[in-house]
Amino acid sequence: MKRNMKQFVVGGLAALLALGGLAAAHATEPKKPARVPVPAISVNKDKAEKCVEPTDVMRRDHMKFIQHQRDETMHKGIRTSKHSLKNCVECHADPKTGSVLGKDGFCATCHQYAAVTIDCFSCHTDKTEKRVSANEPASLERLVRLSAPAAGAKP
Amino acid sequence: MSLNRREFLGLTAVAALATPGLRLVELAQARAPEETATKLQRWGLLIDAAKCADGCDACVTACHVENGVTGHNRPATDPQWIRKVKIKDRQTGYVQTLPLMCQHCEHPPCVDVCPTGASFKRADGIVLVDKHICIGCRYCMMACPYKARSFIHEDTKDQKPHAPRGKGTVESCTLCVHKVDRGDNTTACAEACKKEGHEAILFGDLNDAGSEIRKRLASAPSTQLRPDLKLNTGVRYTGL
Repeated sequence: MKRNMKQFVVGGLAALLALGGLAAAHATEPKKPARVPVPAISVNKDKAEKCVEPTDVMRRDHMKFIQHQRDETMHKGIRTSKHSLKNCVECHADPKTGSVLGKDGFCATCHQYAAVTIDCFSCHTDKTEKRVSANEPASLERLVRLSAPAAGAKP
Repeated sequence: MSLNRREFLGLTAVAALATPGLRLVELAQARAPEETATKLQRWGLLIDAAKCADGCDACVTACHVENGVTGHNRPATDPQWIRKVKIKDRQTGYVQTLPLMCQHCEHPPCVDVCPTGASFKRADGIVLVDKHICIGCRYCMMACPYKARSFIHEDTKDQKPHAPRGKGTVESCTLCVHKVDRGDNTTACAEACKKEGHEAILFGDLNDAGSEIRKRLASAPSTQLRPDLKLNTGVRYTGL
């Protein structure tokens, strides 16, 4: 019992020392900014071209526009491009990657900063139409798969 | 304002000339992007099984390429929007093939059973899945007598912008709804079949008395698959 007590005291002292050391190290480090810096968003569009709504409106309400358009398109077949997700991607995709996701992607940068998890792109493509058709070699595999008779396929 | 006889006759003639002209223009033009799909149309297919060639799967390939439908080489679970079915008469040994896809029923069982309203029928008769509200319960797959629906088991990539598809949702033939809305007046499968020279699949408006599909349906016998279920399918078959 006594030995246990001794171990406890020694352990406690060690922990205290370690904490002190950490605090000292912290004091000498350069001070970090209090908040995560606002990400620099590359808009990826021609300077002459304007977004479908003013920037402050888009910042606050873009999700409402997209959701409204989504129901109109899905259920009524209204396919105007003004507030469509496809239109967002066409304009804002990174010219290098052709995507709105990734490290510097237009959608990803901001949502990551705001800790918003969106699931648009688990179904919708994050690439522009041009990029998608450029990726056609992927469909070759599909063609091969389809032309091979599938043994266990549904009747 | 008063009209004399001559003016009245002239105006009547102009009106008589203009009215059918306007009507023709209206019919020929596609629906504008901002216009809602209406009950005026009922889109459907007429499939001539007698012209469907055994061993040809151009329609299946075209559909899956058009809509970016990919699998993982696991036939039991890979999605199928359209498939070729081979039927054999046991008595005579006569073998026929036909393409089978969502039949776009007027009274779709998949819509009846959907607990969230994700499975729905558009005003123009196209049966779709709203994947935004689909919870992946797969009741519709059980309810469909044609086994037309598939479940996406795995993450998807390289989707087409016009055909979003993702894990955990059910999908099926959309009757190339993006092409219909664009006014293409055809589907990927019908186009491919025509290109192969078989012309076994015809797309059209079942409500339009002047359309080729309606004329052919009115002039020769055709059948629905499982007519006993009284679903009034939008996809009809001949040569069965």
